[in-house]
Amino acid sequence: MDVRRNWQDLPDAEGRFGAYGGRFVAETLMPLVLDLEREYRAAQADPEFAATMADFWTHYVGRPSPLYFAERLTAHHGGAKIYFKRDELNHTGAHKINNCLGQVLLAMRMGKTRIIAETGAGQHGVATATVCARFGLPCVVFMGATDIERQKPNVFRMKLLGAEVRPVTSGAATLKDAMNEALRDWVTNVADTFYCIGTAAGPHPYPEMVREFQSVIGREARAQILEREGRLPDAVMACIGGGSNAIGLFHPFIADEGVRLIGVEAAGHGIDDRFEHSAAINGGKPGVLHGNRTYLLQNDDGQILEGHSISAGLDYPGVGPEHSYLADIGRAQYLSATDAEALEAFTLCAKLEGILPALEPSHALARVGDVAREIGKDGLLIMNLCGRGDKDVFTVADALGVKL
Amino acid sequence: MSTRLASRFASLKREGRAGLVAYVMASDPDHEACFEILRGLPKAGADVIELGVPFTDPMADGPSIQKAALRALKAGGSLKQTLALAKRFRETNSDTPLILMGYANPIEQMGYEAFASAMRDAGADGAIIVDLPPEEDGPLRAAFAANGLSTIRLATPTTDANRLTKVLEGASGFLYYVSVAGVTGANAATSSAVRAAVERLRSATDLPIAVGFGVREPEAARAIALTADAVVVGSAFVDEIAAGPPGQAADRVLRKVAQLSEAVRSARELEGTPA
Repeated sequence: MDVRRNWQDLPDAEGRFGAYGGRFVAETLMPLVLDLEREYRAAQADPEFAATMADFWTHYVGRPSPLYFAERLTAHHGGAKIYFKRDELNHTGAHKINNCLGQVLLAMRMGKTRIIAETGAGQHGVATATVCARFGLPCVVFMGATDIERQKPNVFRMKLLGAEVRPVTSGAATLKDAMNEALRDWVTNVADTFYCIGTAAGPHPYPEMVREFQSVIGREARAQILEREGRLPDAVMACIGGGSNAIGLFHPFIADEGVRLIGVEAAGHGIDDRFEHSAAINGGKPGVLHGNRTYLLQNDDGQILEGHSISAGLDYPGVGPEHSYLADIGRAQYLSATDAEALEAFTLCAKLEGILPALEPSHALARVGDVAREIGKDGLLIMNLCGRGDKDVFTVADALGVKL
Repeated sequence: MSTRLASRFASLKREGRAGLVAYVMASDPDHEACFEILRGLPKAGADVIELGVPFTDPMADGPSIQKAALRALKAGGSLKQTLALAKRFRETNSDTPLILMGYANPIEQMGYEAFASAMRDAGADGAIIVDLPPEEDGPLRAAFAANGLSTIRLATPTTDANRLTKVLEGASGFLYYVSVAGVTGANAATSSAVRAAVERLRSATDLPIAVGFGVREPEAARAIALTADAVVVGSAFVDEIAAGPPGQAADRVLRKVAQLSEAVRSARELEGTPA
């Protein structure tokens, strides 16, 4: 690895992280993404924008989220000290709102009057609907018809918050199709609409912008561990769907070469050629979808495959382009956990720590023990508990064969 | 740049009429029926053929072409099959230009060099790759230039003067004007808006200008044919495939092509005569 690398230079002016990223969108959208980049740069340079954001983070979202020493889980695994970054304690129950707040504030600065978003499990949809309600903006959330059926409580939440949930029946009617439909809406409503993308993917500047909005996670965690332990951790860990919570945790540690960055992908029913998983890095190959080049689940003809995960939030055939880059250069390591392993970690965390984690971070939890033992007793590890599990109780009951 | 495209647009100019660019999806409803359609298109009045490459996630397409892609994929459609169909068509016809329209990922998987040389072998003339804007189409453009193929670029209602310069650098074959901000098959633009746009484009380029998106009926095609060098129709033909028994899909599509072609061909003759 090149230790002289200036990490802050990524992405480059074309939105590239090495071979990944870029702006693979229809010509109609090009002026819009270029305009978005200009406006985002202006907002970045404006102390008032940062101050407004910080104020909402403190008083509306409830930041900083605690860094919690998971004492019993640490004892159970018998390795490094395990800390949880408690982003599940945020308003709306996940890290998603960090990013929505940033994007919606930017949209208002740009004079946009209508917000659209895609959602899979519904967490990003709920977070977007929440922020839109707070600022009185109309919000349309595209959601696959299949996901609407699987995630009824979140659909109702979005409606309570005043959002319109538009069912997507095209393709396989899941998250990737919801994203296609949101892009189709954006290309049709170019003048007044802001597309609030939920993960660190899509055309430049989205991967960078979402990373920056989510980096509050890693900045806090870094300061908190220095205060608690007087040193940096040996590893930071997070689950990877599109990878926004992971890049948010990783990025402030990226120049600290001694800190291992570990992502955990969803291995579903196992990573093999049945493609019943959502592990784009471990089981896919590079290609172009939704505006960026990145690792994707696809066949030899370049057709996109659906994938599977027990966790709807990880059930996406791609991954943010920066993760593809970090994987290729070896700066971050990408492990995986199956549905069954995530479930086991879910129940273990509930019993040992009194915390119901979402199924998404349960994937990271499933690998925490291995990593903690590998680092050893004197080590320190931070895992991002990026969402709470209340939304998943029906899925978990179903998987455990319990009738509610 | 493809000589077939250049000579077709030159002859349209000589004839003093606009051309019809007819879009169909490769392998829709299946390989053989699609081949029947392709083979019949020149006689039905298509001046240029635009062959869609099936893709699972056509983010710039409306419901008609989305469904066509799913039908094609179900029938075994792929980039390789698309090139095979183009090649079979070329064996039956030597002068009608055929271009491909699709998305980047299948080409990324084949490789840009391999794609360009397969295109040349198939006798195809160029391609429009929707999600390869000028910033991203460098590898395609280089491979196409080396194989005598046209990289066809898109201009849209959101393309301002600065952006147009960028779009025109390295564009060849013709310029495709997307007449409405939206997906394929959406509502048509007004003829005055199209006229103004075409005039603006003409002052910036000598490339022929084809106008598409939302053109479904003869009246709309006729209005565009008064100003543009070609009219692109897609969703209206693709809809015919699903409109009845698959066995007669070719007949239905070709009938619709003939109807639109007649409108395009006669547009300028009728201009100035009382309605």
